[in-house]
Amino acid sequence: MKKKAFRAALPYSLPICIGFLFIAMSYGFLMRSRGFSVFYPMAMSAFIFAGSMEFVAVELLLSAYAPLHAFLLTLMVNARHLFYGISMLEKYKGMGWKKPYLIFGMCDETFSINCTVTPPDGVDRGWFMFFVTLLNQTYWVAGATLGALLGSVLHFDTTGIEFVMTALFTVMFVNQWEEAKDHRPALTGLGCAALCLAVFGSDGFMLPAMALIIVCFLVSSKSQKKEEPAL
Amino acid sequence: MTMTVTQSVITIAAVVLGTMTTRFLPFLIFPEGREPPAFIRYLGAVLPFAVIGLLLVYCLKDAVFASYHALPELIAITVTAALQRRKRNMLLSLFAGTALYMLLVQTCFV
Repeated sequence: MKKKAFRAALPYSLPICIGFLFIAMSYGFLMRSRGFSVFYPMAMSAFIFAGSMEFVAVELLLSAYAPLHAFLLTLMVNARHLFYGISMLEKYKGMGWKKPYLIFGMCDETFSINCTVTPPDGVDRGWFMFFVTLLNQTYWVAGATLGALLGSVLHFDTTGIEFVMTALFTVMFVNQWEEAKDHRPALTGLGCAALCLAVFGSDGFMLPAMALIIVCFLVSSKSQKKEEPAL
Repeated sequence: MTMTVTQSVITIAAVVLGTMTTRFLPFLIFPEGREPPAFIRYLGAVLPFAVIGLLLVYCLKDAVFASYHALPELIAITVTAALQRRKRNMLLSLFAGTALYMLLVQTCFV
């Protein structure tokens, strides 16, 4: 059962592997270049396991000591995980001992797979999601450690490799689009995000965008209740 | 490094705590067996679609304000999406899209 789930999870995690290795290696490079020992990127990638926040944490560690500020900033940067959690309440139900780990390891990419992919028939969903989470975290920690170790040795032009993440979300978007009968939720996400990006700029648009999305859904759930009381 | 080791460990712990708060909070508020309110269940059904759209915009957040206004990104996204619709092969779409993007930003849109 485990083997089957592992084999089903592996192909979905491979594109993440490439993206993660490069991004995590560049994170390892960065930490070394700022004078941190290899244990820092290793421990931070394993325990924080939230890519963008780890890059922010480099800056935090180099500025004045302010743990409360660090905590609050993390809440802001990672607020989108609240969304993920609400989306996964049903899917992570009844997962037993795997559940705390599935929640702990729910980074953007793991969420995007576990949320959208239905494992093939005969594959245990719990083990499938467990391996997706574990594989992705392994790639990330390995990349950060490798980057820190090889920091000063390797030089190659990887400009643009980070696009693999954008491509991944594009593929997810297309897949969801073709599965869904109602395209309004997808368009709501795109539209609210684009609008808030235009209004608030790149540094501060995520929170207003999430708030706007919730408001839109609040309105649409009210109007849907009037249309079809069965829902 | 300006911090002592203890201070940096506490700072990292604060970041870990912050991240885990955002990940575990929904599951703590709505534990299994306690039915979440209808609106939260509705959110659980529609948010996955909206979040992918949001993340797509998040990926482009810096590019739109850069010198080419996300033109190379939009070209590569269009090709990735078109490939995925026709061939339905995730790895092919990802590798072709990313390779095209790398070519674009390393040659045409330097």
